Amino acid sequence: MKVHKHEVIVVGAGGAGLMAALYASKGGADVAVVSKLYPTRSHTGTAQGGIGAALGNLDDDSPLYHAYDTVKGGDWLADQNAAMVLAEGAIEAVIELEHMGLPFDRTPEGKISQRRFGGHTSEFGKQLVRRACHAADRTGHMILQTLYQQCIKKDVNFFDEFQVVDLLMNQGQAVGVVAIQLGTGDFHIFHGKAVIFASGGWGRCWNVTSNAHSMTGDGAAISLRRGIPMQDMEFFQFHPTGIYKMGILITEGVRGEGGVLINGKGERFMEKYAPSVKDLASRDVVSRAIYDEIKKGNGVKGKDYVYLDVRPETVNRFFAEEGKKDRIDAAYVEKKLPDILDFCRTYLGVDPVHEPMPIQPTAHYAMGGIPTNVRAEVVIDENWTVVPGLYAAGETACVSCHGANRLGTNSLVDLVVFGRISGIRAAEYVRGVDWTPLPADAGKEIEAEFKRIRTSKGKTKPYELRARMQQVMMDNVGVYRTAETLQKAADEIATLRERFLTDISIDDQGYKFNTDLMEAWELGCLLDLAEVTALSALNRTESRGAHSRDDYPKRDDENWLVHTLIYREGHARDPKYTLNTKKKVDRSLEATDPRFAPKVRVY
Amino acid sequence: MEVTIRIKRQNPEMPGKEKPYWQEFVLKDVEPTDRLLEMLHRIKWEQDGTLTLRRSCAHGVCGSDAMRINGVNHLACKVLMKDLGPKVTVEPILGLPVIKDLVVDMEPFFAHYRSIMPFFVNDTPLPEDGRERRQSQADREVFDDTTKCILCACCTTSCPSFWANGKYVGPAAIVQAHRFIFDTRDQAWEDRINILAEPNGVWRCRTVYNCTPACPREIQVTRAIGEVKLAIRRRKREGIVNTKDVVIAAPGG
Repeated sequence: MKVHKHEVIVVGAGGAGLMAALYASKGGADVAVVSKLYPTRSHTGTAQGGIGAALGNLDDDSPLYHAYDTVKGGDWLADQNAAMVLAEGAIEAVIELEHMGLPFDRTPEGKISQRRFGGHTSEFGKQLVRRACHAADRTGHMILQTLYQQCIKKDVNFFDEFQVVDLLMNQGQAVGVVAIQLGTGDFHIFHGKAVIFASGGWGRCWNVTSNAHSMTGDGAAISLRRGIPMQDMEFFQFHPTGIYKMGILITEGVRGEGGVLINGKGERFMEKYAPSVKDLASRDVVSRAIYDEIKKGNGVKGKDYVYLDVRPETVNRFFAEEGKKDRIDAAYVEKKLPDILDFCRTYLGVDPVHEPMPIQPTAHYAMGGIPTNVRAEVVIDENWTVVPGLYAAGETACVSCHGANRLGTNSLVDLVVFGRISGIRAAEYVRGVDWTPLPADAGKEIEAEFKRIRTSKGKTKPYELRARMQQVMMDNVGVYRTAETLQKAADEIATLRERFLTDISIDDQGYKFNTDLMEAWELGCLLDLAEVTALSALNRTESRGAHSRDDYPKRDDENWLVHTLIYREGHARDPKYTLNTKKKVDRSLEATDPRFAPKVRVY
Repeated sequence: MEVTIRIKRQNPEMPGKEKPYWQEFVLKDVEPTDRLLEMLHRIKWEQDGTLTLRRSCAHGVCGSDAMRINGVNHLACKVLMKDLGPKVTVEPILGLPVIKDLVVDMEPFFAHYRSIMPFFVNDTPLPEDGRERRQSQADREVFDDTTKCILCACCTTSCPSFWANGKYVGPAAIVQAHRFIFDTRDQAWEDRINILAEPNGVWRCRTVYNCTPACPREIQVTRAIGEVKLAIRRRKREGIVNTKDVVIAAPGG
C-alpha cells in the first residue's frame, strides 16, 4: 500500500473539514484533506436558510441569548460550555467568512442581513430575533464554495475521491487512516500525527431523509469499530418540512419569512402547540405537532402530510391578524427563496407563490456522534479522557452543543466554529509531538473486509438490506418511539447485520470506480449506526428533544441529565454493546445564572 | 409507464467492453414524477450493479450527476421522467475522458477552474470595528447570478468550442471568474481579466449559447461571458452589469 505522510489528516471536505484544513494550514501544519467526494459536492452545500450569529445587525442581540436558545432548543441536554463557545464563536466566524468573500445578503446599511429562524429569540425567549445571516436560500452553498476557494488560495493538499475506510491507532493514539482511491481501487495509508473526522452524518439510515446518498456515517462507524464510543445516538432530528415522500428539505427560512403550516382542515395548527412563537418553535416540537395532526385525521386529504403555505395572501393575512406591519409580495418570495421555489416547481409541479407545498417530517440531522470536548478533541468516557491525536467536528461529532435537538442554523455555526477549533488545536498538537509509527499490519484488516464483500457469494443484494433497514428505522425509530418499536428495530437490524456479513453478493468485480463495492461497504456503516441508535434510544426511558417515547412521555431531569455513551467490542459478527450513562451534562452557565436552569420547555 | 433507457457504457477493466457500447434497460412501473437518477439507481440496484455513475445530494445542489440526457446536458436528479418520454438515452458528458460508464475525469475541468484565481482577494486592512466589510445590496446583486454555480460542468461540456479545444477555460471557469470580477469588495479583478484575455480565455467563446440552457441553476452563462468580454474591452468593471432596481427592504418588526 502506498503511504502518504502529512501531519494533519482531515477526513471529509464539507464545511467542518475545510475550516479545519484552513486553520491547521494557517497554524503551520502540513495538511491533507481526504474526501470521498469532490469538496464542492459535500452536504454542507445543501444548507439553505442561514447561519446564526448574534451580530445584532437588525435586532438587539447577544451571544448569551443565542447560547440560551441553543440550550433550551436542546431540551437542556446541551453542554452549556459548548453552547457558549458556539454562540461566541459564531460572531467571529461569520465576520471571518465575510472577510473571506462570502456574499451575504445585505441590510440597507450594507451590513450582513439577518432573518428569523425557529427557536432563535432575544432576552431569554421574550421575542423572536433576526439572527440567521443568509445568502438567499443557499447559505451552505456559499460557505462551502468560499471555504474551498480559500483552500485553493492556500494550496491545501486535497485527495479527492479517496474514501476513508479505517482509522489507524497505535499506542493509544490516532496515527492515520486507510483510504481507497475510487478511481483505481487502490488502498492508500495516510500516516499522520493527528486525524480530524469531519465526515458528516448518517441520515441514510432512514427512508425519508433530506440527506445526500453519501451521508452514510463512514467516519463515525469506523471510529465505533475502533473502540471510540458514540454519544447521544438516540437524538436524531426530523426536520418538519421535507417535500412529501421525497424528503427534500424546505428551509425553515420559509417560516422565517412568514410561511405557516396548515392542516387538512385549513387551520394554522401550530397556534395550539406553541402559542407564542407558533410555526417557529424548535424542530422537534413542530415535527411532533405534524404527526399529532396526522394522527387526529387532520392530514391533507386524509393522508400523512400537511401544507406549508408561503403564498403572499396567506402570509399577509396572518401578519395582519398578529398586528405586524410587514407585508410581502410574490417578488419578495422569489427573491428570498429562489431555490425553494425551484425545488417545488421541479419536483412537485407546485408553484409555492400560488399553491401551498405538501410536506412531511424528514430525517435530517444527527445530534449525536463522536464525543468531543470544546477543544474538538475526541473523548471516550465520563471523565473526558482524551484520545491523543484524534479530533472530530461538524455533524459527525457530538460536542454536545445541540443536546437533544439542534436549532436551525446551528449546524453551520457548529461546523465553522468547531471545525476551526479542531484545525487550530491539531496544528498546535502536531508541533509538540513526534511521529508515532503505524501499527504492524496497517490496512490488512480492512483490505480483508473488502475482499470478503467482493467475493461473498450470498443470495441478497445490498440494496435489499438497505431498503429494509431504512423502512425499519422509519417505522420504529422515528419521531415517536416505544420500548416495543425500539426492541423490534434493534432485533431486526441485528438480523440484517448478520445477513450483511454472511449472505450478500455484488455484481461488480472490478477495481476502478467500483461503486457497487463501496455502496455495500457503506451499508455496513449504516447498519452499525442504526443498531447503536436503536439501542441508545431503548435505554433512555424518558422523552427529551428529538427522542419522544410514548411509553415515557415526560422529561426526567432527575435521572437523565446525562449523555448516553455506547461502546462496541468484540468481533464484527458478534459485537457486544455497553451503555454508559454517567457522563453528566455540563451546567456551567446555570451555576452562575439561574436562567439557564432546566424548566418546562414552552414556545 | 414503461421506459427504455439506453446507456452509453464503457469499462476499461472488462474484456470486450473497453470501447464505448450501448446497452438498453427496460423499467416498468415508472411514475411521471420519478427522477432519472432514481431510474439509474433502479437499474444499478435491481438489474446491473456494474452500472457506474456519480451522485450525492439527489436534488440538484451538489453537481455530481451531470450527464448527457437525450442529447442535452442535465443533472440526472433534476430531470423528471415525464419530460423525457418512453425512450431515453444517457451518455457521459462530452469533452472529458471517460473513466467508466457515466463517470468522467473531472480533473481537466477543475484545473481550468483553478486557473482563473477562484478566490476572494482583498488585502486592505479590515474594518477597525472588527466587523464586516460593507457592501450595498445593489452591489451585491450585480454578481448574484454567478454565485449560484455548483461546478457540475454541464455548461463547459455542452460547449462546441471546449469540445474542439480542451485548453479553452470553458464557461464554468468564466462564470466563477465573473463572480469575483464584479464583486466590489474584490481587488484582483484586473489579474483575472488578464488571464481571461489570453487566447484560451473568453475569446474562444463563439456565443453558441449551448451553455445557458444547459445550466441546472439557470445562470445566464452566455450573458456572464459577454459581461466579462466587455470588462476586458473597456478595462473596467463598473457600469457593465445591468443592475435592476434590486434594493429589498428588510422586513420590519
